[in-house]
Amino acid sequence: MGVVLDNLDQFLLGMRDTVVLTVLSFAFASVLGVVTAGFRVSPVPPLRVAGAAYVNIIRNTPLAVLFVLFYFGLVYVGINFARFTMAIVVLSLYTGTFLAETVRAGINSVSRGQGEAARSLGMTFPQVLVIVVLPQAIRTVVQPLGSIFSALIRNSSLATIIFVANLGRTADAVAVETAQVVPSYLGAAVAYLLLTLPTGQAVGWLERKVAVRR
Amino acid sequence: MTRRQRLWLPAMVLVMAVVAAACGSDDEPTVSGGGGQPTAPTFPAGSTMANIQSKGKLVVGTKFDQPGLGVKNPTNNKLTGFDTDIARLIAVAIFGGTVDDIDSKIEWKEAPTPQRQLLIQNGTVDLIVATYTINDERKTQIDFAGPYFIAGQDIMVKATDTSIKTVTDLNGKKVCSVLDSTPAKRVREKAPQADLIEFASYALCKDELLNGRVAAVSTDNIILLGFVDKDPTTLKLVGNRFSDEPYGIGLEKGDSAFRDFVNNRLEQIYQNGEWAKAFDANLKKYGLATPTPPPVDRYQSTGEVVPAPTVTTAAGGATTTTVAATTSTTP
Repeated sequence: MGVVLDNLDQFLLGMRDTVVLTVLSFAFASVLGVVTAGFRVSPVPPLRVAGAAYVNIIRNTPLAVLFVLFYFGLVYVGINFARFTMAIVVLSLYTGTFLAETVRAGINSVSRGQGEAARSLGMTFPQVLVIVVLPQAIRTVVQPLGSIFSALIRNSSLATIIFVANLGRTADAVAVETAQVVPSYLGAAVAYLLLTLPTGQAVGWLERKVAVRR
Repeated sequence: MTRRQRLWLPAMVLVMAVVAAACGSDDEPTVSGGGGQPTAPTFPAGSTMANIQSKGKLVVGTKFDQPGLGVKNPTNNKLTGFDTDIARLIAVAIFGGTVDDIDSKIEWKEAPTPQRQLLIQNGTVDLIVATYTINDERKTQIDFAGPYFIAGQDIMVKATDTSIKTVTDLNGKKVCSVLDSTPAKRVREKAPQADLIEFASYALCKDELLNGRVAAVSTDNIILLGFVDKDPTTLKLVGNRFSDEPYGIGLEKGDSAFRDFVNNRLEQIYQNGEWAKAFDANLKKYGLATPTPPPVDRYQSTGEVVPAPTVTTAAGGATTTTVAATTSTTP
């Protein structure tokens, strides 16, 4: 494990980069996911179609392929983002689809009576969704949302494809530099666990805190 | 002089000039004419040169797909490139004649990188001229004549770029190379202020150069030659190498007479200008300036290839196995 200790500063920088990528992408993905879930349950057919198209196309394309297509492809149609910005865009779009499906599942778990009661009070559809349904829906899907967050921490390592720094990239570089492949990646595995395990704990705590007591 | 005669002389001169010009312009980028040996030299009986001469063919292993060095034209099957011209110049020293008509005495075999050593060791080819870098590990398996060319890391830029002439000009610029590769590491050492961007392949780097998101791509010049060859109007090589990859001619281990012959021939074409002519004919168009020929390295061959046992039947029917002596250490 000497390789990791000798390059501890690099591993710490890699952890910081992965945290930055994950937190920013999850923030954007959350907005995207909730809005898309709203689209998919809305009474307006074009919105439902748009939501379904986005989810089905992006979610069913490998993330590595998305990285290459978005960074090396979109420049030909004039979309020229910096590499870090593009990493956030791709990770947000990809994670947004999983969030959308999870939130939609949560919405479907809220009993019909809740929505009907809200509508009978004269609320519009967006009001029903935001004020009445979503607060109950999200509480029930805290655990799967945590899984998506954890997956995002690990998925962000694919940002290496467009040369954006992250913990996985640190392991690659240290492995090549020191010619100690297995210790380098064992170090990366431990560092990822240091990020994901506390996340799991925090999600468990959050779930208990927001649980609906029926 | 009559009026008619006065016209006759200039007309003759004109016709001769046109004919000479027509003869001189040869579409094939092989080295034409000059320095040929009209008659075949004689070699000591039993030498590799004599054996090649008597079988009437020099079997050459080369690359069929390396722009600038060895490329097979799919329509007429003709091979062009610097490596193939070096092979032709060696063949001329064996058979006589000129490089233009020597192809009838050469049998070309494709020698992809992983097969080169085997092709020499199993006797399929007489020699290999195929971007073959001389190194100590390979020297234990085969012998090298040469080097006849020093390849190395260079820089590819857009054809319109005039700001990058040396590796230090990369400082402050965006430079692309392959993730964690030796060329990437070398850029970091030689141009520490360069903004080095690393992707999984050189094809991605080339795209980034074409769309302007990086200013340069850096790796071995023969890899870059391939890209410039496909897109010669928009891409070019800087032509200022900053690492050394000596290319040698691969020969069977232990045949020191043949190795000396090839080395002597290389020194001969260095001196009579045919080496430079071959270089210019094949590599000048990519932006590579004619270098001084690399000095031939007549290193001591260690001769450590495990000798093959030969079985001889001694008088009286007893079978003895002797090991063929390899005495390649003697010059």
